Amino acid sequence: MSAPLRMFTNLCRGIGFQLELFFAVLVRLPNLPRRMRAVAENVYQGGVQGLHVVLLVGLFIGMIVALQTGIELQRIGQQDQIGTIVAISMAREMGPFITCTILAATVGSSMAAEIGTMSVSDELSALEVLSVDRVKLLVLPRLTALVISAPLLTILCDTVGILGGGFVAQSQLHVSWQLYIDSAIEALRDPGKLFPLPKDVYAGLFKSMIFAVLIAIIGCSAGLRAYGGALGVGKATRAAVRDSIIAIIIANYFITWALYQA
Amino acid sequence: MSDQREVLIRFVDVHKSFGKQKVLSGLSFEVRRGETLAVMGPSGTGKSVVLRHAIGLLQPDSGLVEVEGKAVPRLRRRELSELRKRMGFVFQEGALINWLNVGDNVALPLRENTDLSEAEIRRRVQERLDLVRIPDAWEKMPSQISGGMKKRVGIARALVTDPEIILYDEPNAGLDPEISQSINELIVELQKKLSVTSMVVEHRVRCIRTVADRVIFLEQGRVLVDLPPREFFHSDHPRLQQFLGRDPD
Repeated sequence: MSAPLRMFTNLCRGIGFQLELFFAVLVRLPNLPRRMRAVAENVYQGGVQGLHVVLLVGLFIGMIVALQTGIELQRIGQQDQIGTIVAISMAREMGPFITCTILAATVGSSMAAEIGTMSVSDELSALEVLSVDRVKLLVLPRLTALVISAPLLTILCDTVGILGGGFVAQSQLHVSWQLYIDSAIEALRDPGKLFPLPKDVYAGLFKSMIFAVLIAIIGCSAGLRAYGGALGVGKATRAAVRDSIIAIIIANYFITWALYQA
Repeated sequence: MSDQREVLIRFVDVHKSFGKQKVLSGLSFEVRRGETLAVMGPSGTGKSVVLRHAIGLLQPDSGLVEVEGKAVPRLRRRELSELRKRMGFVFQEGALINWLNVGDNVALPLRENTDLSEAEIRRRVQERLDLVRIPDAWEKMPSQISGGMKKRVGIARALVTDPEIILYDEPNAGLDPEISQSINELIVELQKKLSVTSMVVEHRVRCIRTVADRVIFLEQGRVLVDLPPREFFHSDHPRLQQFLGRDPD
């Protein structure tokens, strides 16, 4: 078999395995109440322990957005709009994207490494001969935990990003803190509804949940398919991070298209 | 006189290749109820592959693999799962779940596959830990225990579902002679106490002398010699003499 054909075949097998795993998780959702302790542990390990990274990166992303956009707005005398732009950018796009890219690099890689190590040290075979369902035990709690963590971290990332943007607006663009915060809050309000938030906020949170599913499925699949000792675990981890980030970017385009264009 | 006991495991003309490497080529043997069969042979002759076929972790390219009269490769997922609940497998390195402590490792199949109360699970697990002589190990993590202890935990986990068949993959691997002998004696004790049928893959003579009722010697993916241990170790088969002569034991 030629190299490109082999690569294509492997790609199709990989995607097929991921889809099969995703449906296997869906089928096992009724088992979730029994797994809440494992879910909580995974939320703590993935979400709480990675919180500082998300906050730090979120803060600087907000500052970058404010600075880059603010310089251009200042040229046309529209720097007062900076609060609106930073708030919408963070809520709609930067918050979920940055948060989930960090989660892909931290939680996704650790899923692939943990499960991959189990695979190469016969622990997955042990589960199989003990008739223990590895999707219920390993994948379901990890995926659920990430689907819970990702939107919560996205909200925090959005918040610190907007605050970081405010700092830049005040110190670099000479926009008052009050004006910045008022315009940011105004941009994130949609009065008259039960939950008075605009579509951008829901879209961002929806995206983060879809990205979380992608990260968990890709990370767990890579781990479950790992073979060949430490080298195999390394390959699985690298593939998990790479594929998750690619999947996030592609999914981001299609979700944005579906929500704003279609 | 022929052995009248029921055949529990049967391999008939089993072939298996990994890529271009042929591992099993026409392997045939039987294991009868209550018997302990040792599988011996040079490295790379597919000894562990035989065990993995018996428990359905691997599928043969051709031939028949039967356990309790059922063709293992043709079983549906649920049927295979039921069969595995009556079998125990002791892995070479223990294969303990690294994030669960010893007690939770042993309790895992009961927690996942039964509706037993937590008190009953704890009672059964403690009973098995006592049986393999590690009564105080419950809270220890796999990373904190020795190789010999990992083997004992692996055996306790394999026993916790009360299996009728136990498969041991190199139970002496990586252990010093003293610990190895204690594991071998434990295997014999379990066979006497629980009347299980066992297959032991091992190449250490001392282990086989202690645990086996019958020994088969694999060469190039098929059975070359099939004898009781006493006759096996006194066989004048040139290949067997050559192999045993090089054995460190």
